[in-house]
Amino acid sequence: MHEHRDYQGAKMGMWLFLFTEILLFGGLFVLYAVTLGRFPIEFHEASKLLDVTMGTTNTVVLITSSLFAALAVTALQKGNRRLAEVFIGLTVALACCFLVIKYFEWSHKFHMGIYPGSADIADWAPGKQAFFALYYTMTGLHGVHVLIGMALFGWVWWLIRAGKCTSDHYVALENGGLYWHLVDLVWIFLFPLYYLIT
Amino acid sequence: MTVDAGFMTPGDKSWVREWLFTIDHKRIGMLYLWCIMAFFAVGVFLGLLMRLELFWPGKDLIGPQEYNAVFTLHGVIMVFLVVIPSIPAAFGNIFLPLQLGAEDVAFPRLNTFSFWLYVIGGGTALVSLFTGGGAPDTGWTFYVPFSSVTTTNVSMAVAGVFILGFSSILTGLNFIVTIHRLRAPGLSWARLPLFAWSLYATAWIQVLATPILSITVVLIIIERLLGMGIFDPARGGDPILYQHLFWIYSHPAVYIMILPAMGVISDIIPVFCRKSIFGYKTIVGSSLAIAFAGSLVWAHHMFVSGMSDTAVMVFSFLTFVVAVPSAVKVFNWLSTMYKGSIRPEPPLIFALGFIFLFAMGGITGLVLGSAGTDMHVHDTYFVVGHFHYVIFGGTGFGMFAAIHYWFPKMYGRMYDRRQAIISALLLVVGLNGLYFPMYLLGLAGMPRRYYDYLPQYTQLHQFSTYGSWITLIGLGLMCYNLIRSRYRGEPAGRNPWAAATLEWTLPSPPPTHNFDQEPVVTHGPYEFGEVQDDA
Ligand code: HEM
Ligand SMILES: [Cu+2]
Repeated sequence: MHEHRDYQGAKMGMWLFLFTEILLFGGLFVLYAVTLGRFPIEFHEASKLLDVTMGTTNTVVLITSSLFAALAVTALQKGNRRLAEVFIGLTVALACCFLVIKYFEWSHKFHMGIYPGSADIADWAPGKQAFFALYYTMTGLHGVHVLIGMALFGWVWWLIRAGKCTSDHYVALENGGLYWHLVDLVWIFLFPLYYLIT
Repeated sequence: MTVDAGFMTPGDKSWVREWLFTIDHKRIGMLYLWCIMAFFAVGVFLGLLMRLELFWPGKDLIGPQEYNAVFTLHGVIMVFLVVIPSIPAAFGNIFLPLQLGAEDVAFPRLNTFSFWLYVIGGGTALVSLFTGGGAPDTGWTFYVPFSSVTTTNVSMAVAGVFILGFSSILTGLNFIVTIHRLRAPGLSWARLPLFAWSLYATAWIQVLATPILSITVVLIIIERLLGMGIFDPARGGDPILYQHLFWIYSHPAVYIMILPAMGVISDIIPVFCRKSIFGYKTIVGSSLAIAFAGSLVWAHHMFVSGMSDTAVMVFSFLTFVVAVPSAVKVFNWLSTMYKGSIRPEPPLIFALGFIFLFAMGGITGLVLGSAGTDMHVHDTYFVVGHFHYVIFGGTGFGMFAAIHYWFPKMYGRMYDRRQAIISALLLVVGLNGLYFPMYLLGLAGMPRRYYDYLPQYTQLHQFSTYGSWITLIGLGLMCYNLIRSRYRGEPAGRNPWAAATLEWTLPSPPPTHNFDQEPVVTHGPYEFGEVQDDA
């Protein structure tokens, strides 16, 4: 049987899949919007407890990694396999960096007793508690997507090494890049909604 | 006489590699079909068990806690493991590429992966019964706050639902791309068989609605394991939001259940009336309209949940709007039959059963859709009657019609037609006996999900249980006939029904590679003039 290759089909499948991911987060954004509508003042106050510097740093880190992902695709298209591998490596390294910053941010919050169900926040206003419940859920889910994206790039990297993802058939890398842009995009919405609302 | 086994011919690899890791869409479809049938049997068994318990008031067989577990399981199995995958995953996989003249679906390996997710998800849901704090007892809707506090094994069960949802998304995604990219030359959108069209509409709902369910069940798990309080009013959450999220998926999900069945019926009726379908474009249009409008009516499940009056009115109105395209379809089918030369073969009998039972369920749907009457029958047996008419009478019958229509293609053999017709009739009688009393019970005020009831309901409950026995006999006869015929049936040939869609141009069962050369389509799916009768 001949190998079935359909570049447009593969891209279309990926776009559809990204759509489902947007909807997955969409459910949470709806919850966020409704809760914000009910507790605007509490959200404002809770937001002040987040560390804007760390959040901003992470935004920059993630956007840069997205840039590297795009560069990796271009490099492979132009036939420069080495360079593509380097860019993939940089993307994954920055993803790691993102998670490390996130880790420090979260553990600091935990240390201060700010996490759902903790004794310290039990008598906070319900709206402030809801803010943190959503914060941990949404950034947590986003973090899981960062991990998945890293695994995906690891796999594509392996495909390139094995000669299965080449300058003629680079759709795997391209789809990986698309996925990464989505992860980036979701963060770009999360960042102002949580860190910058006033 | 023997039949060439086509794609079912055993190869030289082990059975596990040949079947469980196959990437042939036909084999994957068959695997789904068998799994679905097995789960269906389990679900039916649980349903019968409930009916037995309800034969007399008071406790007969099982206590309240077991009853809660049984209806939860029955619901979870029937909804997530049987009806949602039923027609798309089984018959869609087998016949969509054949109807398109394609070699396979767009992503064959992804297809295997979806099947595996289905098995793993189903397994997880089943394991949740025997482990942890006991079988879940929330009902298949997993409503909070109960589902976030009950000690039974809810997390595991909803994890299974999450995995099943993923499988459903990937199947839908695969079908959309397949239909866009892999149609044979000449197979324009206007020549697409209506079954393929219905799968297309369904696939969009699968892709667009299921992620919402996924996130909802993830939230339940997070609630339970980490105590987030997202739905807890004391901590700023809102349990009504759960219901919104749940029904935003689960109402469209009922169209995932019913649209493919409608597609099967739309393919069957013209074949057995020897007439082109009446209003091809309206059928396509109404499928798409149902898919679209059906996404806007979820809150009709929540009329008594405390939404605002305006919201209630809007959703009630929208619900009436979706009834229109469904009614249009029924009208199209009946008009197709009008003055057709009707051949009362089993698939047509099942299709007629479908129309009748679906109409019974649809009309009572309007009673539930209008907020005033829904207040009266909400969460009573009226609802149970309604959805069984629609999903058993609708999707179930669509599935049976599909089996009887495509059986000769799948196995190359024909079943006993007389027995098939008798089983169809038994099922129609049985289902009415089983579910019609539920309407009356509901109107009289019998609440659903109760293992016990007041003595005045006894007679109707007993009537319903008798109905369940007739249903069982009908199912038994149908299975006996099909299983026996799979081995002993008369060879059926290429095109026993003289149908005009592409799958009937292949040998039965079809060979592994489907078409020797890519077919070129020159006529519509219901132009029977071009069909060559089978020798
Ligand atoms: C012989 C077949 C069947 C029998 C005897 C049966 C019987 C029942 C009964 C007695 C209930 C419980 C009602 C209550 O206490 O509220 C029930 C609930 C339910 N059934 Fe069936 N049923 C059958 C087939 C089906 C099929 C084919 C489906 C789906 C395709 C289905 C889906 C459901 C669902 C979703 C529920 C709701 C469970 C819940 O309340 O959480 N049933 N059924
Ligand atoms: Cu609904």
